[in-house]
Amino acid sequence: MKSYYSLLLAVVVIIGASFLTPMLNTYILGRIMYIGIMISMAVSLNLINGFTGQFSLGHAGFMAIGAYTSAVVTTWASTHGGSILHNNDPAMFLVALVLGGVLAAVAGLGVGIPSLRLRGDYLAIVTLGFNEIIRVLIQNLDFKIDGVDYIGGARGFSVLPMTTFVWVFITAAVVVFCVENLVNSTYGRGFLAVRDDEVAAEAMGVDTTKFKVRAFVTGAFFAGVGGGLFAHSNYNITPLDFTFLTSIDIVVIVILGGMGSTVGVILAAIVLTTLSESLRSVPQYRMIIYSLLLVILMITRPQGLLGPKTLGRLFKRRQKPTVDPVKG
Amino acid sequence: MQLLQQLVNGVSLGAIYALIALGYTMIYGVLRFINFAHGDVFMVGSYMGYFAATVWVSHFFPVGTLPNTILVFLLAMMICALLGATIEFLAYRPLRNRPKLTVLITAIGVSLFLEYTGQLVFGPNPRGFPAIIPNAPLIHTASVTINTVQVVVISVSLGLMIALRVIVMKTKIGTAMRAVSFNQQAASLMGINISRVITFTFIIGSALAGAGGVLYASQYPSIEPLMGILPGLKAFVAAVLGGIGNIPGAALGGLIIGLVETFVSGTGASTYRDAIAFGILIAILVFRPSGLLGKREVEKV
Amino acid sequence: MTRYQVSRRHIVGTFALLFASSALIWGCKTAGGPAGTEIPVGEFASLTGGTATFGQSVHNGDVLAIDEINAAGGVLGKKINLLTEDDQSKTEEAVASVQKLVNSDHVVALLGEVASSRSMAGAPIAQLSHAPMITPASTNEDVTKKGDYIFRICFIDPFQGQTMARFALNSLGKKRAAVLTDVKQDYSVGLDEAFKHTYSTSGGAIVSEQSYSTGDKDFHAPLTSIRATNPDVIFVPGYYTEVALIVRQARELGIDCPILGGDGWDSPELTKGAEKEFNNTFFSNHFATEDPDSTVQNFVKKYEDRYHSMPDAMAALGYDAARILVDAMKRAGSTDSAALRKAIAETKDFPGVTGHITIDPNRNASKPITIIKITEGKFHFAQRIGPEGEALTPFQP
Repeated sequence: MKSYYSLLLAVVVIIGASFLTPMLNTYILGRIMYIGIMISMAVSLNLINGFTGQFSLGHAGFMAIGAYTSAVVTTWASTHGGSILHNNDPAMFLVALVLGGVLAAVAGLGVGIPSLRLRGDYLAIVTLGFNEIIRVLIQNLDFKIDGVDYIGGARGFSVLPMTTFVWVFITAAVVVFCVENLVNSTYGRGFLAVRDDEVAAEAMGVDTTKFKVRAFVTGAFFAGVGGGLFAHSNYNITPLDFTFLTSIDIVVIVILGGMGSTVGVILAAIVLTTLSESLRSVPQYRMIIYSLLLVILMITRPQGLLGPKTLGRLFKRRQKPTVDPVKG
Repeated sequence: MQLLQQLVNGVSLGAIYALIALGYTMIYGVLRFINFAHGDVFMVGSYMGYFAATVWVSHFFPVGTLPNTILVFLLAMMICALLGATIEFLAYRPLRNRPKLTVLITAIGVSLFLEYTGQLVFGPNPRGFPAIIPNAPLIHTASVTINTVQVVVISVSLGLMIALRVIVMKTKIGTAMRAVSFNQQAASLMGINISRVITFTFIIGSALAGAGGVLYASQYPSIEPLMGILPGLKAFVAAVLGGIGNIPGAALGGLIIGLVETFVSGTGASTYRDAIAFGILIAILVFRPSGLLGKREVEKV
Repeated sequence: MTRYQVSRRHIVGTFALLFASSALIWGCKTAGGPAGTEIPVGEFASLTGGTATFGQSVHNGDVLAIDEINAAGGVLGKKINLLTEDDQSKTEEAVASVQKLVNSDHVVALLGEVASSRSMAGAPIAQLSHAPMITPASTNEDVTKKGDYIFRICFIDPFQGQTMARFALNSLGKKRAAVLTDVKQDYSVGLDEAFKHTYSTSGGAIVSEQSYSTGDKDFHAPLTSIRATNPDVIFVPGYYTEVALIVRQARELGIDCPILGGDGWDSPELTKGAEKEFNNTFFSNHFATEDPDSTVQNFVKKYEDRYHSMPDAMAALGYDAARILVDAMKRAGSTDSAALRKAIAETKDFPGVTGHITIDPNRNASKPITIIKITEGKFHFAQRIGPEGEALTPFQP
C-alpha cells in the first residue's frame, strides 16, 4: 500500500531531522517535542471526537494511565531490571510505552461501554467524570518498593527523562498513519457513518456499538502512549497534570483544527503551542485570550479552521471535483 | 451521636447544590444543553455579594444588619441575572440551531473566560467573606449543633425553590417556558416568543446561581475565582441524578449529593469524595439515564 | 469548486499568518537582551492558575529585593535583570519555563518554585545546565536531592511536623491528638507523617486521623468524627484557604481544644471575620511580622509601602532567596556557575527576614522556626525553636 511508503518516508525524515536537533537549544527542542506529544494526543482524540462523533472530555484520564504505568515500568526497570531490561534501554522504554497504552486502552473499553447508551453532552460529562475519578485514584496511590517511591500520590512521581525527539515524532507519525488509514479504509467508513447519522448507519447494518468502542479503545491506546512520552519529558508528574482542564486543552486543539481533519489538528497543535509561547510575557491574559478565541471560533467557524478534510484531500489539489454526498 | 450532626451538615450543603442545580436544569429543559459557565456565574455571585456587602451597601447599612443582607442578596441576584442574559445574548444566541457540541464547547470557553477574567480582576488570593448573616448556635447540645447560617441557608433555598415552582407552574411566562421545553417548534407556532423565554430562563437561572453564591459564601466564607468549578460540576451531577429538566428532581438530587458527600467525608474517606460524586453520575447515566424523577424519553427517528 | 479552493487557500493563509506572527513574537522574545551590562537571573513562579496566590507573593518578594539591590548600585558593578516566567501552576509549563530561562535567556541562576512538585520538575534541568537554583519555599525533602546545584532557604516538612509534635507535648502538655490532613497537598501529607511519628514515639497518642482535599469548603463531616474521639489538640497542616474555614467550623461544632498548624496558615486573610474562633490556635512559621528585629521591620515597611498589604511568609522567603543569591554573587566575585554554587553552599548565618540562615551540607537551610500564637485575630510570637529541636526561647502562653 502506498501509505506504508509515506510512513517509511516520515520515519526516515524524522531520523534525519534528529541529527539536526543538537543545533537547537533545549528550550526550543523541548517545545517542539511538546508539540509532537500534543499531535499524538489530539490526533488520537480526533478519532473519538472528530471521526466517530462521540464527545470525550476525558482524554487526560487515558493520558494519566499511560503516564503513570510507563513511569512505574521505567522506574522499576532502572532499579531492578538486571539483565532483562536495562536502564535507558530503548527496548525497555518501548515496553513501558506500550504497556501504558494497553492499560489506557483497557480503561477506554471501560468508558466505551457506557458510551453506548449516551450521546452528546451526557457522554461529555461521563468522560469528564471518569477523568476526575482516575485523577482521584492516582492521588490516593503511593507505595514504596525497596525504598523507591512509586506513584507518590499528591507529592508527585519523579520520572526519568527518556523521551527524545525521535521517540516523539515516530510515535506521532505512527498515530497519524494508523488513524488516517483506519478511517480511510472501507471498514473505517463505519466511524464516519456513526458520526454522520447513527440511526441510518444502524439501519444500513453498521454495528455502531462496535465502532464506538473501537474508537475509544484505539484513541485511549494512543493517548496512553502519548502520556508515557509526556511523563518521560517532564521529570516529575503529579495527578494535577491530568485534570479535565488538560482534556479541554486537547479538545480545543481538535476543535480549532476541525473535527475530523488530521492535518488541521496537526496544524492546530503547532499554532496553539506557538501562540501560547508567544503570550508568555502577558501571563494573566493568556487564558483569557485563549477562551475568547474559542468562543469566537465557535460562533464564526464551528467546523474548525480546516473542517473535515483529511491529509490526502488537502494536498491533492488536482483532484476531480466531487459533490460532497453529505452536504449535497 | 454523630449521625444527626452529619445529617444537618449534609442538608445545608445539599440545599446549596440544589439551588445551583435548579439553574442547570431549567436551562437544560429549555435549550437542551449544559451551561458549563453556570458554576462561574455562581462564583461571580459570591464576589458581587462580597463587594455589595463591604463596599456598595455598607455605606448605608452596616454589615450584618437585615437591610444590608437583603440588599446584598438582591444586588448579587440582579447582577448575575444580567450576566446570564448577556452571556446568552453574546455567546449562545448566535448558536441557536447549531449542533449541541458547538454550544457545549462555547460554554466551556465562556466558563474559562469568566474564571481567568476573575483571576485578573479580583486577584487570585482568596478573600474572607463578611458575616452578612450573624452566626450563632441556635441549638447546641452534646450531639448536634445547628447554627443560624445553616438555618438561613436552608430556608432561603427552600423559599427560592418554592418561588421558582410558582413562577413555572402558575404564571404565563412559566407556562411558556414549559411549552418551549416540551416542544420548541410547536411553541413557536403557537406564537410564543422563543428568544424571550430563553432570555427569561437565563435570567431566573443565573439569579438563582447568584443567590447560591452568596449563601455558599456565607456558609463557607472564603471566596476565590476558581471556586465555581467543583460546586458547578457537582450541581450538574445533582441535576442529572434528579432527572435533568425536572425542577423537584434537581432539589432532590442536590440533597442526595450533599448528604452522600458529607457521609463519605465523615467516614474518613474524604479523599475519594470527588470520585464518588462522579461515580454516582456514571451509575445513574448508565442505569437510569432519565434520572430519579425524570421521564423516560424514547429517541424519535 | 472555485469557492472551495478560495476558502481553502484563505484558511491555510490564516493559519500561516497566525503561526508566523506568533513565531515572530516568540522569536523576538527569546533573542534580544543586552549582554554584559546586566546579570540575568531567572524566576519561575505560578503567577496564574491554582496556586497563583503563593506564586504572586514570592514574586513580590523577589522583585522587592532585586529592585532594592539595583537601586543600591547592583552587584559586581552590574544591574540584575530579573526574568520572570509564569508556569500557570502546571508541571509541564514549569519545565518549559526553566528550559527557556536556562537555554534561551542564559540566566546565571534560578529562583523558584513554591510547589515542591514543580521545583522537582525544574531542578533536573537546572542541574544539567549547572545553573544554581534556590527555591524559596519548596519544603519537600526530595527537592534538593536532585543535585548539588539545587538549594533551598526554607526548612523541610519533617522539621515542621516534628517541631509541632514536640510543641504539643512539651510546651502545651497535650497527650491526645487528632490530625486533619489535606491529602491533595504533598506538603500537608509530609507534615502529617512527621507529626504523627514524633508524637506517637514521644509519648502522645493519635486518636483520630481525618482528611480533606484542597478546594473543600465543608469540613463538618471530618470534624464531627474528630469531635467524637474527644482529642486534647488537633493538628491541621493545611493551607490558610481551607484552614480559615476548618477552624471556624470546628468552633461551631463546639471543639474548643488548641488547634495547631504549619506555615501554610500564614496569611492576613486567615482570621478575617473569625477573630474569636482563632483564639487558642498556634502555627509554625518562617517569621512574624511583629518581630521587633530591625531586618524584619524594615522589610515589612518596604513591602507595605510598595504593595499596600502585609507581607506573608512566601513574600519574606522570596525576598530572602533573592538576597542570598546576590550575597553569594558578591562573595564569589563572579557569576561563574561553579563559583556561584560554591558561594551559595557556603552561606553561613545570613541575616534574613526569616531568621539566620545557614546552608547545610545537604543544601537545605538550617534555621530556627517561629511558633506563633493567635489571639483575637492577631499573630503573636510564642516561641522560637532551633534547628535541632531545642527551645531557643521559653514558651510564652
